[in-house]
Amino acid sequence: MANQKPSLSFSRRAFMRTSSLAGGGLLIGFNLFQACKPEAKAPIDLASLDYNDFNAFIKIAENGAVTIFSPNPEIGQGVKTSMPMIIADELDVAWDMVHVEQGILDTENYTRQVAGGSQSIRLGWEPLRQTGATARQMLVNAAAVRWGVDPSECTTSEGVITSPSGETLGYGEVVNEAAQLEVPEEVKLKELKDFTIIGTDARNVDIDEIITGKPLFGLDYKVDGMVYAAVVRPPAFGQKLKSFNADKARSMPGVIEVITIGEKARKLIGENPGVAAILGTSDKVVVIAETTWQAMKAKDAVEAEWEEASKLESSEEHDDILTGLLDGNKFNTLRSDGNIKKAFAEADEILERTYESPFLPHNCMEPMNFFADVSDTKVHLVGPVQTPEWKAGAVAQMLGREPAEILLEMTRQGGGFGRRLYGDFVLEVAEIADSIRKPVKVVYTRDDDMADGIYRMAIKYRIKAGVKDGKVTAYHLKEAAVNSNMYGLIPNFFPAGAIENYQVDVAKYDSNITTGAWRAPYTNFLAYAEQSFFDELAEMMEVDRVQMRIDLLQKVKGTTDDRIQYSPERMEKVINAAVEKSGWGKQPDGVYQGFANYYCHNSHVAEVADVVIEDGSPVVKKVTCVVDCGIVINPLGAKNQAEGGVIDGIGHAMFGELAFEDGRPTSTNFNRYRLIGMKEAPTVEVHFMENDYSPTGLGEPTLPPAGGAVANAFKAATGNRIYKQPFSKFPELLKVPEKEILG
Amino acid sequence: MPTYQLTVNGDSHSVDVSEDTPLLWVLRDHLDLVGTKYGCGIAQCGTCTVHVDGVAVRSCALTVAQLEGKSITTIEGLSEDGSHPVQQAWKEVDVPQCGYCQSGQIMTATAFLEQNPNPSEEEIKTAMNGNLCRCASYNRIYRAVELAANKMS
Repeated sequence: MANQKPSLSFSRRAFMRTSSLAGGGLLIGFNLFQACKPEAKAPIDLASLDYNDFNAFIKIAENGAVTIFSPNPEIGQGVKTSMPMIIADELDVAWDMVHVEQGILDTENYTRQVAGGSQSIRLGWEPLRQTGATARQMLVNAAAVRWGVDPSECTTSEGVITSPSGETLGYGEVVNEAAQLEVPEEVKLKELKDFTIIGTDARNVDIDEIITGKPLFGLDYKVDGMVYAAVVRPPAFGQKLKSFNADKARSMPGVIEVITIGEKARKLIGENPGVAAILGTSDKVVVIAETTWQAMKAKDAVEAEWEEASKLESSEEHDDILTGLLDGNKFNTLRSDGNIKKAFAEADEILERTYESPFLPHNCMEPMNFFADVSDTKVHLVGPVQTPEWKAGAVAQMLGREPAEILLEMTRQGGGFGRRLYGDFVLEVAEIADSIRKPVKVVYTRDDDMADGIYRMAIKYRIKAGVKDGKVTAYHLKEAAVNSNMYGLIPNFFPAGAIENYQVDVAKYDSNITTGAWRAPYTNFLAYAEQSFFDELAEMMEVDRVQMRIDLLQKVKGTTDDRIQYSPERMEKVINAAVEKSGWGKQPDGVYQGFANYYCHNSHVAEVADVVIEDGSPVVKKVTCVVDCGIVINPLGAKNQAEGGVIDGIGHAMFGELAFEDGRPTSTNFNRYRLIGMKEAPTVEVHFMENDYSPTGLGEPTLPPAGGAVANAFKAATGNRIYKQPFSKFPELLKVPEKEILG
Repeated sequence: MPTYQLTVNGDSHSVDVSEDTPLLWVLRDHLDLVGTKYGCGIAQCGTCTVHVDGVAVRSCALTVAQLEGKSITTIEGLSEDGSHPVQQAWKEVDVPQCGYCQSGQIMTATAFLEQNPNPSEEEIKTAMNGNLCRCASYNRIYRAVELAANKMS
């Protein structure tokens, strides 16, 4: 149940080590999510920080300055700011004394250095607090020894320790003694009311570098002698390289060499067949040049011939195939309560609707890129990736190297949205660097990035509900998807538990078009489908659409079904808050509202979209968004995430579509692929529920309900329901009927 | 390869590149001014925005041969230390999420506010609409432009 607070227990000795720094000061290495090896020792100088046993470090200098080497990939979700805030609060220093650096990543002994699933803060909360509190206790213990007093009588504030008689010592003055002490087994965490940093606004820790254009991102990384690689990949899914002629490319300015890769990738695929799905088995032609532009230009001059390795697929076929799956009977049942067949047979009324969505590319603003330098003694990898340990391990395996030879450094990342989970580009650049033995960076053009994606799959939902005696008695959700189906928790989201006869069935079609996680996987479309459906169901039943949702939640309260993921109490509270904050039902004339609520990534969200009519078409002006994600670490950053998630959800529901013809995407750049811009972006008003639940996800949960809230508002404004995304493809539905304008 | 003389952020640079090389890549790969970002290469996203003689332009779509004798300003040249009112507004509002598009946003906003110091809501949205932000930090970009206009007037 989402109400449960995690009660993790740690042995401090097992996950922390300390050492004196050679230049003075204390270094605390900690492993957030698993124990350190018994022989692990924290390094004694910063040059040799190694992340084999510790995935993050705190340095406290003799002048009291605190540096936190933040462990998780920063893709714009804000953890480089918020995770160190948690440590700093328990350490009891002032936030402006803290400097944050991105931790380097190595390969061996850590488990969750991933940006994905909105889980960094939820899973890091307890260990990050323990880490800060343990460091604080060691400093207090050192001061207490010096004063000859009981540590429990000492207090701390903003990096200063005060003795019972009022003497003070700064943290920096006792760090060298603290480094000699044992790591305490038991430490006391702060009471929530005593937080001084958590819950306060902190700016993005990289703000000064961002606004002045300092090198931060993978694309900005450069070392002496580095060359650039542009890769010619099969233009269509299903094709492989037959032959190529690079004579012209080789003669172009700055071109150093033209090679092919693929052999090592295929060897890796032989050992791990799953990798084929992200990397492909074709040979690829690689142009190596002195500059990015020269590499990109010469890549276009490579004449390649392709042959069909497997069927070249098109969106039109997928459309028919997915409909066929929904109409058919080849489903896996993920959850079944009661007897839907019987309940539908006995129902007074039935509503059935089908919802359809296309493939979507991630379109991170920073195109995929990665650096590698391979020598006989090491493999140095640098760049933006959401799953550093996974990729470093795969590189070691592909190149036949020891994991300890791999050093992977993360840069700041120009967006992730799931795309950088896959790291196919890391494997590519490693194979290139292993071949040419020069420091090299592979850079995708925008067209490469969009055409060689790992997409949100096309997906269809069919939802059927039965009503008897004014109650919803049956609910049947069917999913037909390309390549993969919803993950196992989703069937236990709302309305699971609320409807007696309930079933979730899924079916899939295996395509050669690569697909994967895209911000809020599955729920990014499912929430729109279900929330549109509930709206229509309420209309059919002639009941209040919000009250219907609240009524259903009552049945879940006190449930003993521990599979149920959401909390009906917390959901009811966000719904009521959204009603109040948005002025639901009290909107002025000419404003049409749509409601949606959703649970995912352990957070509960409700949204109200306000739509007005401009030039005969509905326009989203404002979205009120209420979020329960437990304790909010950094409200300033959290609001930014929530606002962005809502607008991202609306943008893709309105405009997002990647269609395929003969295995090739029909748009590969922003001239034909439309992202939402400032003019279409509504004002988003975000409210967080105030409570003391442990923090949960925020990078994703505000996105899923946004499309549903907008679709429901469009219905209120135009009388039309839209069952397919993107909405902009149906201009006839985005019009107010003329007689209404005239009337 | 021909040699071109470029004036970037007040400094004169001599670069040897082929004539069709976009300004973007001269800045990034030859002059190590990497604050100007690559996003699309076809002037559709705005991440590569710089000023040429004070006008906001897409550096991916201008070739080096078109720029001799012009004054080019990049994000690095907007101020020595991030003190330009537009940069300060971006900081105060805490605009960025991933941050990648923001130097282009700042350059578009700066040139716009030079021309129109007291913009309306509609004018801000029209001026900024061509700069895409995949994180959709549009509400904050808007507020920062508004705040910068107040700072500058």
